[in-house]
Amino acid sequence: MTSTLPRPASPEAPPGGRSGTAPRPRRSLAARLRGQRTLLLLATPGIVYFLVFHYAALFGNVIAFKDFVPFQGVWESPWVGLDNFERMFNDPAFWQASWNTLAIAALQLVFFFPLPLALALLLHSLARGRVRALVQSVVYLPHFLSWVIVVALFQQMLGPTGMFGGDVAFVTDVLSDPDAFKPLMVAQIIWKDCGWGTIIFLAALSQVNHDLYESAALDGAGPWRRFWHVTLPALRPILILLLIMRLGDILTVGFEQILLQRDAVGPEAGEVLDTFVYFHGVLGADWGYSAAAGLFKGVVGAVLVFTANRIAHRLGEQGVYK
Amino acid sequence: MSATVVNRADRAGRTGLVHRVLGPAEERPAWQERPRLATRVGKVVALVGVCALVAVPLLVVVATSLASPDEVVENGGWVLWPTDPTLATYRDILSGGTITHSLLVSVGVTVGGTLISLFGTITLAYALSRDHFSLRRPLLLMVLFTFLFPPSMLPSYLVVKNLGLLDTYWALTLPVAINVFNLVIMRGFFQGLPKELYDAARIDGAGELTVLTRIVLPLSRPVIAVIGLFYAVGYWNSFFHAILYLNDSGDWPLQAVLQTVVTQGAALGGNSSDALADTGALAAPQSYQMATVVIAILPILVVYPFVQRYFTKGVLTGAIKS
Repeated sequence: MTSTLPRPASPEAPPGGRSGTAPRPRRSLAARLRGQRTLLLLATPGIVYFLVFHYAALFGNVIAFKDFVPFQGVWESPWVGLDNFERMFNDPAFWQASWNTLAIAALQLVFFFPLPLALALLLHSLARGRVRALVQSVVYLPHFLSWVIVVALFQQMLGPTGMFGGDVAFVTDVLSDPDAFKPLMVAQIIWKDCGWGTIIFLAALSQVNHDLYESAALDGAGPWRRFWHVTLPALRPILILLLIMRLGDILTVGFEQILLQRDAVGPEAGEVLDTFVYFHGVLGADWGYSAAAGLFKGVVGAVLVFTANRIAHRLGEQGVYK
Repeated sequence: MSATVVNRADRAGRTGLVHRVLGPAEERPAWQERPRLATRVGKVVALVGVCALVAVPLLVVVATSLASPDEVVENGGWVLWPTDPTLATYRDILSGGTITHSLLVSVGVTVGGTLISLFGTITLAYALSRDHFSLRRPLLLMVLFTFLFPPSMLPSYLVVKNLGLLDTYWALTLPVAINVFNLVIMRGFFQGLPKELYDAARIDGAGELTVLTRIVLPLSRPVIAVIGLFYAVGYWNSFFHAILYLNDSGDWPLQAVLQTVVTQGAALGGNSSDALADTGALAAPQSYQMATVVIAILPILVVYPFVQRYFTKGVLTGAIKS
């Protein structure tokens, strides 16, 4: 509040006190930055990147409130207020996409989220370091394959001409069955990212103090109780962190993955919010409308992160940020 | 003395073959029970199963790509063990034409993009890691905020369009040049370097640039390798930006070309992907598809072992904590 006023060097001011006075005499920001020219220069490319591709893009969301016509540009297009949002909330296709998104996210949360923890516990329990390293190398690998590759692999295994497809299949064609679409999406993400997900748990497990296990064992706690009273509490902060991040991202369920396979089952079963934005906005040239859908998704995501983080703090956890 | 001998002999006798193949088990702490046989069998089954789930699809793809077209057709689209392995398919694909061109595009975008990304990430991460940098906090907040509110598709598209980057390869690299997550990891690593290094350099009169290039970078090889791999894999694997920003499918990178194969079923050389017809793929789509898939996986398989060992070595652990 007094930062704009010239600050007299009053002897009463406590050194390093809360009033903002630093212990040693402070030069003005400009003067200090002059001495940090190199750092400023080093930061510039990155900062320009964020300003242009994040903040300018963030600003571009105004077209959600406009009837955007590409050749008129962002500025010249007429304002339409909340028309785009109104249309969106009355659009059954939008609700169908939202429902599909939430359904896939929920399935992921139940069937995918706990698996990396289980696999990490299994790997951690291995006494042989060499076996563990070998298995780790194998299970990390799929994370580095593109979705195009993963889908191609699934086709080669389960498709009509695949190893388990055609004559030997339980269902005629799993990959184009609308009812099987959501479980299939979850199965694919498990195949791709379950192994990679263990990395964070393994790091946390290696940090657990072994004395705790030892004293628990001496007190007569069996493996199960040691897991419940030592391992799990140690993993709690990370589990909560991951849960918050997943919650904030709950409206994002694998855009590239679903874009590749949506057409095999049709929009009824396969449309999610991200593909909705793509097909309406970019392909359908309905700019303002799908920007509204994109903005809606972003705002809901941010609110969810805030809320989840709040709850985490309430529970005495660190959360994502303070 | 004699106890250890007995112990060793006992262990060698019990696990002779396993011991020789898999190496020594780490010493089990005294308090930990020896797992029951059922538990151990269960673990082995689970681990073998997990590894097979990852490995078998990859093996089938490689085997199919190596089989002669006739054999693939005879076997209904897939092969587990080619009777007469041949590289004819690869020779065909790589002798010019769409796949060859897209492969070159992919290599170019990946190499160029990774260099741009590493440059931007290292410089900004370094500036943000220096405690005395006056703009450190505001800039850091500015960067972290984008994590909470990532740009959505349409506004990003408008930015790229207004910058005149449509239909250029800049559109595939610049919009995704810096990843906030990678930036935070890099910054965390820089901050973890011993402070004495900086002080010593300062006493010697070295400027920030000298400190960065002569001291920090040589010490940061592991983190640069990992982050570089993340970026390279990202560029190599991405197909959506090509579809979004490059109108002419003749300019597409490998994954985008492969994507037309995946989304249109076994359409390699089929109706709409006439660009692919000149690979002569009509004869046996499956082995050509799979050869293309293998080509798309191969660079990752080659680089992976060299970088993989860093994953477990605390490069990421530090970042997770921050």
